[in-house]
Amino acid sequence: MGAIQPKVSEPATDELALVEAAKAGDVGAFEELVRRYDRNVFRIAQHITQNREDAEDVVQDAFFKAYSNLNQFQGQSKFYTWLVRIAVNEALMKLRRRRPERTVSLDEDVKTEDDSVPREVADWSPNPEQQYTQAELREILDRTIHGLPATFRTVFVLRDVEGLSTEETAEALDLSVPAVKSRLLRARLQLRERLNKYFQKRERNDGPQRPRSGDNNQ
Amino acid sequence: MKCSEFLRELTDYLDGVMDAGTKSELEEHLAWCHNCYVVCDTTKKTIEIYRDAQLYELPEDLETRLRSAIATKCQQRRKAGPEGTSS
Repeated sequence: MGAIQPKVSEPATDELALVEAAKAGDVGAFEELVRRYDRNVFRIAQHITQNREDAEDVVQDAFFKAYSNLNQFQGQSKFYTWLVRIAVNEALMKLRRRRPERTVSLDEDVKTEDDSVPREVADWSPNPEQQYTQAELREILDRTIHGLPATFRTVFVLRDVEGLSTEETAEALDLSVPAVKSRLLRARLQLRERLNKYFQKRERNDGPQRPRSGDNNQ
Repeated sequence: MKCSEFLRELTDYLDGVMDAGTKSELEEHLAWCHNCYVVCDTTKKTIEIYRDAQLYELPEDLETRLRSAIATKCQQRRKAGPEGTSS
């Protein structure tokens, strides 16, 4: 079984020049950075907040904060990693405001055993996603990832959806590399477990299993 | 190798970041342990499905609105003497 092929990042050769121009007051250069990364920031924000309006606010606030603090960007990391760090913090703040009853922290002490041990081991159909229409599949994936704790969701989206390296993810989240790896393993295993019921191979060919309404996996 | 040891190494195995010795030990385990094979295969599919699903794409009209709002705020900041620009 081969390894997952990493997503290829776009070359960022002129990125530093854009950042320097923006620092010198060229708003147009900053707008180019917005054009490059607004879709990524939106996806990350929506994954974390699980709310469209909050995600819109996060995009605006994160870019504005980045612009206002450009002088603090020293170029030791990629601009994108620095921007993601700002966006994740903004998104977590939104989440805390929306769910004050639940503490949301990336540092939260997460149990290290049991919850990630696979309970159900069933093989999936060869192309399980093809059992569903695009809309059904999105609903399943959305609902399933929604059920993960924010800390796992965030690591999974940065590492596996956005394709940041483990080191970049650690830097963006201010976590150690072992902490990222441990959260990533558990996020992957928990998602796999939750997707089992939709994707496992079925005995009889009686059509795709439909997601049940009201089943929110919480 | 026990299944629990295999699971601990699963993320590095899927990411392809491990030495050849550990990799061959894991693959030897995979060759006879059907459960670990299935967990490994379905975890890999989980990652690929999420990566390919393009959840939460930014709609074009919203993107236009957000870009314009960000540009306006940055322009205002610049006129007001932004901390982030040098004089």
